[in-house]
Amino acid sequence: MLIKHGDRFKSSEITPRALYLDRRSFIAGGLITGAAALALMPRDARAAAPPAKGQPLAAPKNAAMSVTETQTPFKDATTYNNFYEFGTDKEDPSQNAHTLRTRPWSVKVEGLCAKPRSFDIDELVKLAPLEERVYNLRCVEAWSMVIPWIGYSLSALLKKVEPTSQAKYAEFITLLDPEQMPGQKKGLFGWSGLDWPYVEGLRLDEAMHPLTMLTVGMYGQVLPNQNGAPVRVVIPWKYGFKSGKSIVRIRLVSEQPKTTWEKAAPSEYGFYSNVNPAVDHPRWSQATERRIGEFRRRKTLPFNGYGDQVASLYAGMDLKKYY
Amino acid sequence: MTRRGRTALKVLVWAACLAPLAWLGRRAWVGDLGANPISFITNTLGDWTFRILLASLAVTPLRLLSGWSWPITLRRLLGLFAFLYASLHFGVWLVLDHYFDWREMGADIAKRPYITVGMAALLLLIPLAATSTSAMIKRMGGVAWRRLHSLVYLVGILAALHYLWLAKKSVTGPYYYIAVLVILLGVRLVDWGRRRLAARARVRAASGA
Repeated sequence: MLIKHGDRFKSSEITPRALYLDRRSFIAGGLITGAAALALMPRDARAAAPPAKGQPLAAPKNAAMSVTETQTPFKDATTYNNFYEFGTDKEDPSQNAHTLRTRPWSVKVEGLCAKPRSFDIDELVKLAPLEERVYNLRCVEAWSMVIPWIGYSLSALLKKVEPTSQAKYAEFITLLDPEQMPGQKKGLFGWSGLDWPYVEGLRLDEAMHPLTMLTVGMYGQVLPNQNGAPVRVVIPWKYGFKSGKSIVRIRLVSEQPKTTWEKAAPSEYGFYSNVNPAVDHPRWSQATERRIGEFRRRKTLPFNGYGDQVASLYAGMDLKKYY
Repeated sequence: MTRRGRTALKVLVWAACLAPLAWLGRRAWVGDLGANPISFITNTLGDWTFRILLASLAVTPLRLLSGWSWPITLRRLLGLFAFLYASLHFGVWLVLDHYFDWREMGADIAKRPYITVGMAALLLLIPLAATSTSAMIKRMGGVAWRRLHSLVYLVGILAALHYLWLAKKSVTGPYYYIAVLVILLGVRLVDWGRRRLAARARVRAASGA
């Protein structure tokens, strides 16, 4: 059943009175300039027009946990996305993710814990004080961004459900709904790319690490759909695909979860997938990356520059074996 | 087809083959190459290399299936444009992407199968482009020239592998190109098989008589 909410329209969407009264000339003028602009613009420019400014979401900056590098422009961070549920081209999510309904939404936290339960998204947003953290994001495809995320440490949520001593891993499960996520639809020959829903996972100590963030916003606003709304995780020392988006379920488990990309190509995407310039992807080098907005490649740093904070999690492990 | 018709056709092919470059240039001019312009340019040039290469490979099947002879006049033009796009594709990788970092590029060519086959495809196109003039055809003789230029089939297969191996799982793009390539090479194979059967039948008929 579709429940229509009274607050579906933001005040910014209400037409100013003067414009309303002058609507005829506005429409005529708009049509002419619009048509002219459309005719002049190349196709993809129209598609990649900057997304409408979302609902603001205020959060004080956590400077201690932020990098000081130049932030990626909002437009790039919201039009260059890997979110295969909405298509495999980088611009697809920004064009297709409008079908995602982010309210009502809840996240079930279950499995090996004393107090499993479901959290409504509005409760999640208030569960711990929101803060802004500027993190480096390194994609497995050898490009990177710098993004101001808004959220809090995932540990705040996990502590609420009290993981038992048997819980060794946390599994993150993305929404499964081909109606809202067209990339999950079966195409030619039943082909739908990956094994949906998207599943990611962390070792419990990784999930509890303060850097691991439960994220509900970015750039001072509510998370745009194409960036994993309404709630996602961000793990800045791992390749981007480890950070599950549009999460509906978090399971605490004793066995290492089988993650989506690991299932699709086990030799290419390991469970750990820590950013590591010394371990190449089988098909390309991970030694360098292109920071979006920069011309020359830059060197990729071990653990994406977060080695001081996280290297100890992997003490004694052969990171070439556990890639 | 008349001489004028052929000229018009060539003008059309020139325009069609230059259009993607003009389109890229325009987008570069208005600053609309997306968040990752180098990757966008590389991919666009790669796409068009493959498309034009497939167009050049479609000439013979079109002639075989339709009986028209005029497509053959476009083959050299399409082949040379494919070479131009492949060179630009490589040039962007060399200059914009790696900025003459020979060590890294050398390692990539040796270690990354998709780059190895891509490089091989480009190198194989060089002798084909170099011997594309009428004078060279005359000098080499039709048989040797044709034998050399059958390398283009290998180039097509290498290009398909290049795309297939670089694309991530679940990306469908390469499969469409491969399907077209299989059809284009398949038509030749069927024609070749039919000609051999016909030749054998002729021999049998001759010996039976």
